Amino acid sequence: MAGTFSLRIVSPEGNVLKEDVEFAVIPGELGELGILPNHAPLIAGMDIGVLRYNLNGAVKRVAVAGGFVEVIENSAIVLADTAELSEDIDVARAQEARERAKKRLSTRTNEIDVRRAEYALRRAAARIEASVGKK
Amino acid sequence: MAGVRDIRRRIRSVRNMQQITKAMKMVSAAKLRKAQQKLNAARPYAHQLQGVLERLSQVPGDTVHPLLIKRPVQKVVYVVITSDRGLCGGYNSNLIRKTAGLIAETPQEVKLVTVGRKGRDFFRRGKIEFLAEFVALGDEPSYNQAKEIAQEVVRLYEQGEADEVYLMYTEFVSAINARPTQVKLLPIEKPEGKQSKQYIFEPSPDEILASLLPKYVETQIFRSILEGKASEQGARMTAMSSATDNAKDMIDRLSLIMNRARQAAITKEISEIVGGAAALD
Repeated sequence: MAGTFSLRIVSPEGNVLKEDVEFAVIPGELGELGILPNHAPLIAGMDIGVLRYNLNGAVKRVAVAGGFVEVIENSAIVLADTAELSEDIDVARAQEARERAKKRLSTRTNEIDVRRAEYALRRAAARIEASVGKK
Repeated sequence: MAGVRDIRRRIRSVRNMQQITKAMKMVSAAKLRKAQQKLNAARPYAHQLQGVLERLSQVPGDTVHPLLIKRPVQKVVYVVITSDRGLCGGYNSNLIRKTAGLIAETPQEVKLVTVGRKGRDFFRRGKIEFLAEFVALGDEPSYNQAKEIAQEVVRLYEQGEADEVYLMYTEFVSAINARPTQVKLLPIEKPEGKQSKQYIFEPSPDEILASLLPKYVETQIFRSILEGKASEQGARMTAMSSATDNAKDMIDRLSLIMNRARQAAITKEISEIVGGAAALD
């Protein structure tokens, strides 16, 4: 297994990450996608979840919430609705958001509220999971 | 001629105003810098999304997404992006004038979606129906705000409230130059790109397209809001800068008049004293 490929994460609010990595796991819509250098051209939908990548033996995590990934010519470009590096995540806030979403789900009112709460819950869960990697 | 005291009072009030315009100028210069940064930050994402759309368009698909279908045009919607606040020179009026001109030329039924207080207040006086209005976006609009607007616009389009949607915004060229711009938002024109590599799609191209197209609308609206914000701050900075200059000219002119009046008063007093003394002799 040789070399690295460039991983770029962009969100509408700006560039989040640009790094040469050895391996990346992307939360695809139909399941996780492992990307190694020289991957075949790919366009995939992305789910809410945790994106992991390996760099110099260390695993880093990014919480992403939906979007797309395009892989071409040894580079992966992730277009995320939102993306937060594990070190930027405020765990307390994420936990708060999770509790809030859970509470809203337990007192379900109408269809849209439930969908929004579920969305919020999954995002909060992804953020908490991504922050596990940090000290 | 006005009394010395009146002129002095006017100078003081002009100077106070000058302080305000000067402060506003500096504030908007700082905000302009921030708005420009946000605009630049949003570019890579928009560029990449456009790229993915181009690549997706290469794939021959059997189903056509509703946002791509051209319908016979009966109802046109203009989404007008203006600012919430005034004191920014011709920023709002230029865009509103252009929009009003276009509306007058449109033979179909026109309705409006306004973003920003100024556009809403202007068009409220007219006869055109509003489908939605969004105000108070703040100085740093977030993507979620754009998303909300986009969802409403897409909903209107899907429900047949609009057959064509145009976006009216002010394109940021430089701090002293901004251009009122019209772009067609819906239906989305499929970009023509050159034949590219064979991609693996996961899930199918149609499904990816279905989730990508609404995002495309969102980013377009987000970008035009950011362009508008930068233009607004640029226009405000220029307007406040010239207001400050004008105030300075006014103070100079008033000082001259005041000094002249004071001189005249002194001369008059002296000649009265001299006259009085001469009468005593």
